[in-house]
Amino acid sequence: MYFDDFVQLWQMDGHGPYVWAAYAIVLLVLLWLVRAPLVRSRRALERVRARLGAERRQSGGG
Amino acid sequence: MSRGVIRRGAIRIYCRPPRPAAAPFPTGDGCTRRVWSFIHKLGSPRWCYRITTPWLPWLAVLSGALLVVGAVWGLAFAPPDFRQGNSYRIIFIHVPAAFVSLAGYYLMASAGAVSLIWKIKVSDMVLKSCAGIGAAMTFVALVTGSIWGKPTWGTWWVWDARITSMLVLFFLYLGVLALHQAFEDRDVAARACAVLALVGTVNIPIIYKSVDWWYSLHQPATIKFTGAPSMHPDMVKPLFVMIAGFYCLYALLLLLNLRSEILEREEKARWVEELATTGKVPA
Repeated sequence: MYFDDFVQLWQMDGHGPYVWAAYAIVLLVLLWLVRAPLVRSRRALERVRARLGAERRQSGGG
Repeated sequence: MSRGVIRRGAIRIYCRPPRPAAAPFPTGDGCTRRVWSFIHKLGSPRWCYRITTPWLPWLAVLSGALLVVGAVWGLAFAPPDFRQGNSYRIIFIHVPAAFVSLAGYYLMASAGAVSLIWKIKVSDMVLKSCAGIGAAMTFVALVTGSIWGKPTWGTWWVWDARITSMLVLFFLYLGVLALHQAFEDRDVAARACAVLALVGTVNIPIIYKSVDWWYSLHQPATIKFTGAPSMHPDMVKPLFVMIAGFYCLYALLLLLNLRSEILEREEKARWVEELATTGKVPA
């Protein structure tokens, strides 16, 4: 490691807040980017299952 | 046989032999045929969904590994810059995000051209997926650049050519997304978005060349296609790892978004119903 300890790595000679804030924002954006389409897919399949269930109940009851 | 009686079977209708059915794709040697067959099948949402399923875990593992290795290498092991100190470490996320936001625009414009010419539904879905990811990546490039600018230039923002043209790119991506929502008719939306994406392509070379054409606070390109990078190898290596990681992540995000788009648009299709109940796409 270039830095002597983790405190120095955290502070980065005064640039720590900028560097770590940038990495934190990127991490959050990337996690959201991965999660959003997974949630959309899951909801689409849930809608299909709900519709099929409703159709089955309707045909069974009618 | 008496005259006037036509014996059954005596009449023969001669017609031209049927033409062989035209192949849906050009025939050639085995390899060309396979490539054309692959491109032909890409037009089918169901096939796209099924074929991309096994790619997802590989892309997820690859992009995750590259990003973790590149980030740890860049943050903790790369030497500091002799002039900028440690603030330059933002380059390891700023440059890869800017790279994929520009390359992603070309992909979006190409998908727009395909959807405009051949009216393939899947290419419009690719266009919409590219717009969402591209907007997020451009946002990342702008925000990280702004944070990097404060300790380096003494300001969060400056209206110079590179930064302003990147902001235009961000608005182009958002514009495509907004335009897609604006139309009830999907075909009209696809055409309008494709035209906007193609017209916006003119911005990309401007972004690339802005640091050469105008006086700018932004530093010139660190990595060039022609010539060696202007960075020490100890700094360039983690940067290349991060760029590879961002490209893999982009591919993963594109597939995930495309698949969710396919499911949303094909909700009424039999194969999606089967997928929802059995968890498998029928062959």
